[in-house]
Parts: sequence; structure tokens; C-alpha cells
Amino acid sequence: MKMTTDSTATGVYLPRAFAAAWPICLGYLAIGLAFGVLARQAGFAVYQIALMSLVVFAGSAQFIAVSMISAGASVLSVIATTFMVNLRHILMSSSLTLHLRGERKSMLSLFAYGVTDESFAVNLGKFSEGTWSLKHALVVNHVANFFWVMSTILGGYAGSFIPEGAFGIDYALTAMFLCLLVFQLKGRLYVFVSAVAGVLSVIFFLAIPGNSYVILSSVLAATTGVVIKSCYLHKKRTSGEP
Amino acid sequence: MTSEAYLLCILGMGLVTYIPRWLPLFCLSDRRLPLWLVEWLTYVPACILSALIFPSIVIDPETGGVDFLQPAFLVAIPTFLFALKTRSLGGTVIVGMALFWLADKFL
Repeated sequence: MKMTTDSTATGVYLPRAFAAAWPICLGYLAIGLAFGVLARQAGFAVYQIALMSLVVFAGSAQFIAVSMISAGASVLSVIATTFMVNLRHILMSSSLTLHLRGERKSMLSLFAYGVTDESFAVNLGKFSEGTWSLKHALVVNHVANFFWVMSTILGGYAGSFIPEGAFGIDYALTAMFLCLLVFQLKGRLYVFVSAVAGVLSVIFFLAIPGNSYVILSSVLAATTGVVIKSCYLHKKRTSGEP
Repeated sequence: MTSEAYLLCILGMGLVTYIPRWLPLFCLSDRRLPLWLVEWLTYVPACILSALIFPSIVIDPETGGVDFLQPAFLVAIPTFLFALKTRSLGGTVIVGMALFWLADKFL
């Protein structure tokens, strides 16, 4: 009896996970092609491009690494920069744990490999809807990863034949993020903290070199949210309202 | 960079990328978090999305300054409204791409 339910569930969860992953794939196709072309022009072999995409799986860090390596940077400085650029994922994984209570550590360790800005945003949106599981999320991560690796390889081989910016594909991820942001605006306070994060991110982007703007502005804005909420609750309690 | 150094380099990059992704999932998922932390974490996604979007649509990649008249920003407004109205992820991606493509052609 149990088996029947399970196999039915398996039959359903794959299409749902694929349906959730396609906007990510579209975006990765655009960025992956661009990355492949750039790395190839910088003198990297296609197998080296593929290996980096597979081992690192992080868009912006890979672009930065390619430009650093071709400028003659040391191994250590490339690794240190990568660490700084990708530290923001610690926030994403932390907020995903709210939906992954009591899951097996081995599965979580596999899942961690695929936590990117994009897969995080899609999976978190789905988890908040309440009909998502680690299995779904794993499929999203690995489909996205497969597309990322393949797109960078394709870019390495044939990227120069594909017209740049065709069909507005460069905007796919921005549009996806905009919609996922809409899903996250679950109340006035959410709108407020995301506006704070947006303004701060632009200020930090301009003021601080490097990629720390995402993590700094998010930490500050989320803290603002907690502070405002607790002040509000405190006021309500002291004024004796129900 | 020799190919041995390159291999070392991407292994190191992979490791320092994986650890921040893995550590919270591994350490926090079986622990009861304090209420303030849970609440803090519920604000994080909206903040991260804003922080990823805003600089990419507001800052002109060529001049490095703030520019509210560039296509990326102008297209973001109707795209956002479309998302708000329809709540359709696929639709928003298609509309955003189409508008950006048109804006790039005609603006």
C-alpha cells in the first residue's frame, strides 16, 4: 500500500520539480553561454571550463575567477575572493533550514551543493507554499546544475556563433527574481524590509568594492524587521491592547 | 597558471563555496532555533532578493553610477506589476524578457 503511494508521488514530483526549474535553466543558459565564451577567449580549455562549473557551481565567482586567473593572480587569492563572493549562501542555507527540519544529514549535504541564488529563491518560494519537499528541491538543484554545466560547455564550443542578448534572455533571471520577490512580500513589514535592503544594497554596492553588498544589506534589513516587530509588540503589550 | 595549479585552484574554490552552503543545513536543521532567529530568517529571503535585484537594475554597468532611465530599470516596473497581478513565475519571465528585448531595440 505504502509503495503505491510512493510511486504515485514519484510520478508527480518530477514534472512539478521540472516545471519549477525551467526559469532557472533559461537564465543559466544565458549566463553559462557568456561564461563559456569568456573563459574560452581567456585561453581556458573546454574541459577546464566544465570542471570549474561542476566543482564550484557559482556564476559570479566563476566570472571573477576567470578574470583573476587570466590576469595572473595566485591560487590563494582566487580562492579567498571566491570565499568572500559566495559567503552570502550562508544566509540562504540558514533560511532554508526552517523548511528542512529533521531531514537526513546525507541528503542535506547533497542538497547543499546546489544552493545558488536562483535555486534558493525558487525552492524557498515553493516551500512557503507548503507543498514542497527535499526531494523536489533536490531535483530543482540538480536540473539547474546540469543546465549550468552544459551551458558553459556549449559557450566554450560554440558561444561565439550565438548572438548576444537574443530575445532578451539576459533579463530572464532579473524577471524571475522580481516575481519571487513578489511571492516573499507577505505583509507590510516584508515590503518595508525589502525596500530597506534594496536601498542599502545600492549604497553598499557603490561604497564598498567587492560583492559584500548582498550579505551586508540583507543582514541589516532583516535585523531592522525584527527590531520593528519587537518594538511594535512591546508597545501593544504595554498599552494593554488585546 | 599550470594545469596542476588550476586543478588545485578550482578544488579550493569548490570547497570554500560548499562550506557556507552546507554548514547551516548540517548544523541547524535538527536544532530548535530561538524565536527571534526564526523571525529574522523569515525576512532574509525578501531582503536577499531585493539586494540581488536593485543594484542590477539601478546601476549602469558602463558608468558605474545610478541610472533610473536605463532599460533594465524601466522594464522592471511593468514586470514587477505583472508579477504582482498574475503571480505567475513563468509568465513574468517571458514578459520581462520580451519587454527587455523590445526596450533594447527601441529605446
